[in-house]
Amino acid sequence: MSLLIVSRSGHYLRPTVSYISLLHVRPPQTRSLKTPPAYPGHIPLNWFENAFLAVGSAFMALSSPKRGDMVAALGETTAGLALPRLRDRMLESEEGRRILKERPRINSNTIDMNKLAQLPEGTFGHSYVTWLERCGVTPDTREPVHYIDDPELAYVMQRYRECHDFYHSLCGLPVSVEYEIALKFFEFANLGLPVAALSATAVVRLSSSKRSRLFSEYVPWALKCGSSARSLITVYWENRWNQNIGELKKELGIWDPPEPKWRKPLSEAKEAAMKRAMLHTPQ
Amino acid sequence: MQTASRGLRGNFRRASSIHARLNHTQPPPPGSNASTTHFGFRTVPEESKESLVRGVFDSVASSYDVMNDAMSLGVHRLWKDNFISLLRPGSKGPVRCIDLAGGTGDIALRILDWAREKYADRETTVDVVDINGEMLKEGYKRFKKTMYHNTPQIAFHEANAQALPEDVFPSNSYDLYTIAFGIRNVTSIPDALKEAHRVLKPGGTFACLEFNKVTNPILAQVYDQYSFSVIPLLGTILAGDRDSYQYLVESIRKFPSQQDFARMISDAGFATGGNFEGDGGAWRDLWGGVACIHTGVKV
Repeated sequence: MSLLIVSRSGHYLRPTVSYISLLHVRPPQTRSLKTPPAYPGHIPLNWFENAFLAVGSAFMALSSPKRGDMVAALGETTAGLALPRLRDRMLESEEGRRILKERPRINSNTIDMNKLAQLPEGTFGHSYVTWLERCGVTPDTREPVHYIDDPELAYVMQRYRECHDFYHSLCGLPVSVEYEIALKFFEFANLGLPVAALSATAVVRLSSSKRSRLFSEYVPWALKCGSSARSLITVYWENRWNQNIGELKKELGIWDPPEPKWRKPLSEAKEAAMKRAMLHTPQ
Repeated sequence: MQTASRGLRGNFRRASSIHARLNHTQPPPPGSNASTTHFGFRTVPEESKESLVRGVFDSVASSYDVMNDAMSLGVHRLWKDNFISLLRPGSKGPVRCIDLAGGTGDIALRILDWAREKYADRETTVDVVDINGEMLKEGYKRFKKTMYHNTPQIAFHEANAQALPEDVFPSNSYDLYTIAFGIRNVTSIPDALKEAHRVLKPGGTFACLEFNKVTNPILAQVYDQYSFSVIPLLGTILAGDRDSYQYLVESIRKFPSQQDFARMISDAGFATGGNFEGDGGAWRDLWGGVACIHTGVKV
């Protein structure tokens, strides 16, 4: 029995051979009927729609930074060959293979924040929760993947997106624009996704002093550290909560960036906590 | 389960079966006797269509005007101007107009401006009626920037086009009834037409501007490609909402053809007359049928 529901976000005709199908060993498919979605939330695009969305989301992401869904769309439409390469990297390591098999997700339902907060200081789990609180963010704001056709690659993309906060907490970088860009350079050197490099265009939003600091101090660190560290997509973070963070960094080959400036926490986490409190209020 | 019959039903004027696929409706599940209707290409219970449409317009209201300009590349303004210049409100003295699904006030503003500029008429009134409060709020906000705010010329009402309350909208009280790009969203078009007939005075004009069927096959091909590829993506990019715009392009395909709609209008008791398109019906195609103006006079 088919588990697929024909999405009501229906889709117009697809040309005879999808360009993405050329990347895999799957035989080319002739689709003359509406392509059914391959996973919940899947929106198949033809090459024109893909290009249109890539350009449109690039402009929108740059002009309106709050549109996280546009950055996500940009990442998916420009993933190209980098995504299968990431998946292959995962297949080469034992830990990565386990991730692909078990497909863990990261959100406040799958991660017990209270348990992590109780871990001893100096562990990775504790430092992650501390970082979340310090920045005022939650792991729930990641847009699900829509525009990747292969379900396994869609999972790799989702995993990449969800692990971004781990890289933040490991390197000790806050969420302001200049540190996000630095981390994107780091991700590009480490993982190779084009969107990480494209995010560098966000430097136009920075003041010149911040920009010069970014390029003189953080970008060299990001490129050196990112390229020499182990491929972070292969790390099964959920099994390493108890690991000492210094030891973890040494194992992965990461060293600290120059000391960042921390700002006031964002209101995301507080709003999420208020919503949770409202839901649990006794009647 | 996908069935082969999907591709083959559809409008015979469309040469390619791929276009026929676009007209496909999922049949209601066997054994169900609940009354259903279409919501875009989906089949939904009749009672829920109204709230589904409300959900769509709640979410598009704040970016409605921007999206209209982006999707039609500004052409919707030409259509609406054409619509008003056809009706010439105020040419025979002040008119009482009712504009249904008038939400953001495009038509109402044009009516009042036309009457004022062409005939120095400041007695024409327009009652803007919409089922959706968010859209009315946008209209109210826009009218605040004009000279008609706080005058008796404009009023906003939240009501259902299929069942206009008789105390607020008494029978035989309006000279002009307009509905632009709204009638395809009502659950029962004959009911909306019946209400239109009720509130209009004898001799009053019914006018409807709506998306319709494109007859030219080449234009239809381009139009379909544009509708199903570009418009949902524009919705995703500009408004962060793909589903509402997908509904929009699907609902255009589900709307009856020009002939069928003209017949429904005359069944509701209007004299449609005219022979503008040579098909015996009173409609005028705009841009090859992408949009269409239907008019009728209450007898």
